[in-house]
Amino acid sequence: MDDQSSPKPAIPVTPEKYQKLTEQYTPKPTVVKNVILAFIVGGIICSIGQIIINFFISLGLARLEASTAATATMIFIGALLTGLGIYDEIGKFAGAGSIVPVTGFANSIVSPAMEFRREGYVMGVGAKLFTVAGPVLVYGIATSIVVGFAYYLLH
Amino acid sequence: MNLKRVGNQTVVFANPPVILSSYSVVGPKEGQGPLGKSFDKVCKDGINGEKSWEVAESKMLQEAMQGAMDQASIQKEQIDFMLAGDLLNQIISSNFAARQMALPFIGLYGACSTMALGLAVGSMLIDGGFAEKILVGVSSHHDTAERQYRLPTEQGSQRALSAQWTVTGAGSVLLSSSGVGPRITSATIGKVIDFAVKDVNNMGAAMAPAVADTILNHFQDIQLQPTDYSLIASGDLGGVGLGLACELLKQSGIDTGTNFTDCGVLIYDHTQDVHAGGSGCGCSSVVFAGDILKRIKAGELNKVMLVGSGALHSPTSALQGESIPGIGHAVVIEK
Repeated sequence: MDDQSSPKPAIPVTPEKYQKLTEQYTPKPTVVKNVILAFIVGGIICSIGQIIINFFISLGLARLEASTAATATMIFIGALLTGLGIYDEIGKFAGAGSIVPVTGFANSIVSPAMEFRREGYVMGVGAKLFTVAGPVLVYGIATSIVVGFAYYLLH
Repeated sequence: MNLKRVGNQTVVFANPPVILSSYSVVGPKEGQGPLGKSFDKVCKDGINGEKSWEVAESKMLQEAMQGAMDQASIQKEQIDFMLAGDLLNQIISSNFAARQMALPFIGLYGACSTMALGLAVGSMLIDGGFAEKILVGVSSHHDTAERQYRLPTEQGSQRALSAQWTVTGAGSVLLSSSGVGPRITSATIGKVIDFAVKDVNNMGAAMAPAVADTILNHFQDIQLQPTDYSLIASGDLGGVGLGLACELLKQSGIDTGTNFTDCGVLIYDHTQDVHAGGSGCGCSSVVFAGDILKRIKAGELNKVMLVGSGALHSPTSALQGESIPGIGHAVVIEK
């Protein structure tokens, strides 16, 4: 068989044209639905936080201390729901609504802790604990330093 | 030279290897899907009583391979080579299964195309006279893949609508130079094709050009057309990739008709919340070892082309901004 003479068919589409085709065939994210769900669920989580703050105030804590205690409580709830395998189900439904509140932060720390426990407590949990939350911490802290410095200079 | 090679990429077997038996083991989600009844074993949960998902995956692969041998009443000593592959780094599921099987082992990596690749290479070994019996096994696991490629499994986030769900499952096929059963008559080895798709949440789109290219070349090499096949099934293009592959083939002058489908589309239904469909090497391996082979044996399908589709990227290459190279390998199975 003379392979040199065999025609070599190729798809008559350029990568640029293919990119347009891909956009056409890929379902669009349901932005409106996502935004509404995120608003509702995020709102519910924050309302629960507010209820807890009010509860601590009614017990006699000062406002700032009550918020700190409420934050700790919300973190506990987020961690607990992650451990029970419920928080990822909420997240699937609520998107940013359950990622942005502090319960989402707890989820992003507890889920790698659970996930990488099998690789040991040092190189597993220890090294991988911040795989999801790490970037938020790095840039959150970096931004707060910049803002703090600007605040210092302006005052 | 090249006596068995036809055209550019295809081999036609002089003595087509026989598929003596097959066995499929799947997770609960796959068992609840529309093909649930076609699988030989459905596990109660993904961990299957093991200490890690990785061990569970490897045990499922072992179980599938043992199951295929048992079904054909073939002893381990009769197997010449074991061909296996999976998605994990350094194909550990296969390596660890091979440690238990203690057979001469050829590890394969074709990402999600590994079942088709294994059938093609196994058939070449048999038809080439290097082996009489070959055991092919391929596995993937939703949770091992999630933690390697994406996020921790308990992380609460939304998946893209074009994202696919990695199948938990292992499929095994026993090939033989003689015997009774469906035969593998030809195979087309795919080229790596990259149409610059970078979205790791749209792997169907990344693999579709490679699948279309392999199908196009197969028909060119072997001078047949889609109507000559009762079923053409891609491995795991999912809904998005299947649509794109059909479109690319149409633009290349090939009418895919109604007998072109995808294992990733077949394995789950719309109520299972998997978005664009199933993926992973387990996907095509269990659908082939389960549903498709049973339908061939029942006489429902006469001539089937399985086109395994693989996305040949890694989490590192994706983070470094590289696009996703795709590959498609085709094998033709006849009753």
